[in-house]
Amino acid sequence: MSDPLIELAGIRKVYGRGTDVEVEVLHGIDLAIAPGEFTALVGPSGSGKSTLLNLIGLLEAPTAGSYRFAGRETAALPEREITRLRATSLGFVCQVHHLLPAFTAVENVLMPGLIAHGPVSAERREAARALLGDVGLGDRVDYLPRKLSGGQQQRVAIARALSIAPPLVLADEPTGNLDTHSADDIFALMRRFNETRGTAFLIVTHDPRLARRCDRIVSLVDGRIAGDEPNVRSS
Amino acid sequence: MPFEWVVALRFLREGRLQTALIVGGAAAGVAVVMFITALVNGLQANTIKRVLGTQAHIVIRPIEEVARPQRDAAAGESVAARVEARAQRLRSIDQWRALEPLLDRTPGVVAVSPMVSGPAFALRGDASKSVAVLGIDPARYDRIVAVGEKLVAGAFRLGPDDAVIGKELAKDLGLAVGDRFRLLTAETGTPVTQNFTVTGVVDLGVRDLNRRSVYVAFRTAQTLLALPGGASQIDLKVEDLFGAEELARRLEAQTGLTVESWMRTNEQLLAAINAQNLSTGTIRTFVALIVAVGIASVLVVWVVQKRREIGILRAMGATRERVQRVFLLQGAIVAVVGSLAGSLLATAMIAAFLRLARNADGTPLFDTITLPPWLYVAAIGGALVGGIAAAILPARSAARLDPAQAIRM
Repeated sequence: MSDPLIELAGIRKVYGRGTDVEVEVLHGIDLAIAPGEFTALVGPSGSGKSTLLNLIGLLEAPTAGSYRFAGRETAALPEREITRLRATSLGFVCQVHHLLPAFTAVENVLMPGLIAHGPVSAERREAARALLGDVGLGDRVDYLPRKLSGGQQQRVAIARALSIAPPLVLADEPTGNLDTHSADDIFALMRRFNETRGTAFLIVTHDPRLARRCDRIVSLVDGRIAGDEPNVRSS
Repeated sequence: MPFEWVVALRFLREGRLQTALIVGGAAAGVAVVMFITALVNGLQANTIKRVLGTQAHIVIRPIEEVARPQRDAAAGESVAARVEARAQRLRSIDQWRALEPLLDRTPGVVAVSPMVSGPAFALRGDASKSVAVLGIDPARYDRIVAVGEKLVAGAFRLGPDDAVIGKELAKDLGLAVGDRFRLLTAETGTPVTQNFTVTGVVDLGVRDLNRRSVYVAFRTAQTLLALPGGASQIDLKVEDLFGAEELARRLEAQTGLTVESWMRTNEQLLAAINAQNLSTGTIRTFVALIVAVGIASVLVVWVVQKRREIGILRAMGATRERVQRVFLLQGAIVAVVGSLAGSLLATAMIAAFLRLARNADGTPLFDTITLPPWLYVAAIGGALVGGIAAAILPARSAARLDPAQAIRM
């Protein structure tokens, strides 16, 4: 197996440190994800899934433990470097409604590139349109998010996450607010990008049906990893 | 377009009402400041123009003669002396011909005109009037006080026996252009008279000056006032009106002569102008402050409303500095657009004011009220600085947002 893309060792996260309401949410997580892996992260509410995802997404720093991204220890990096990593190496698909409402579908898709690489060229604009075509929204590129359905918005979010071709996409309940049919569509889309581009996905989900369609299921209970097993795909 | 511009412009476009409100506020503020500035500057220029219409900016005179005790008190002794102030006789400025080219070369001096002036009586028939003889070179003096513009009859031309007189004097002595009269002087103790022909009558705008002024040729006055080859004063016109006093002090130090600026001789006027400037300055400062606070408060609300978007941008890798720049840019854009609109508004207000404020005969009451280009530049520049300053606090609070928290909402 190749070197892991990300490697967490003994990660702890404490909120409200030094106050009366000090809570430890994660109690020592060890986890490695290889490039191109398609992993589900499951667990009951409050088990620390979102916190773990934020840590992996470099939105928050762990209280203790080591987090290596592509071999580099992130705790040692300055904030600017962390922000740059987010801009160039991570894609986010959050819950619905996390598109920028003031920007059209194609502008949302272009935004990570604009942040990471500066003013948008004609080729990048074309590539963004093509990407939206790939997710089935070729005819909606200039729509504002509020004119799109929940499933369509999530497709835009996936296109946006993939626009800078990151090695890892983090998805926090990407199908949470969708009906079964749309959820299946979104899931299939992520799977397709995983297979065609080799992008690793880490998907937080409540839906056991979808989890079973991933290559690997990591389950989190009370801030600890309770299970981590390869999954023989049912579909 | 760079990221900051794309986001700032889009946020402004999206929040139409808020954008309109702060642009409108900035425009109103800029318009008021520009209008007040133009109005006050114009009215002041008008007043100063009237005052300086008959005065030189700087006048150089010989130093006054002082009486000195014959013996100064030495150490340990005292001298009981009663020193009477000397009567000041008419004298020439020492070495004035050498001084002239020096003054011409002095930076900030626009025009130099020597003058011989002294008291005399104007006589016609049985009437005699006490007058001031002003011996000048018309071409040079015209650059100091535009006598040519103030003519009511005749021409501003001075031959050896010609005189141009004030209109009250003309009335008092019953003189018209072409008429003759006599001037009598007694500088040497012996009366001297000379006949003159009136070539022009002027209205200097001040009754006393109109009653007393008699302009004659420079050389004629030298003879008449017994100052052959002399000049009793040198008039200067300067470039920077309000730098006149400073220049006067410098010239005084250089020449050792008595140098007086219009600012010294019109201290009350100057005090009034300064008080006016102070009050308009206060008004301007407060208007600017209110507009800046308005922009800042709208932007603060904006940042709160945009927390999630800011969080998303941060999660996608926008640095704190870039988020901060987005909001600074918003402040700057609003200020520039607002000040452009405001300066148009001010231009319209001044035009309307000038249309309404007219003399009875329909001529403009204030032809000095203008909006000079520097005022536009200053207004837009000032608004830009103010807009950015107003955006600093909101921009900082936007940059401080924690992306993880902002996204979770």
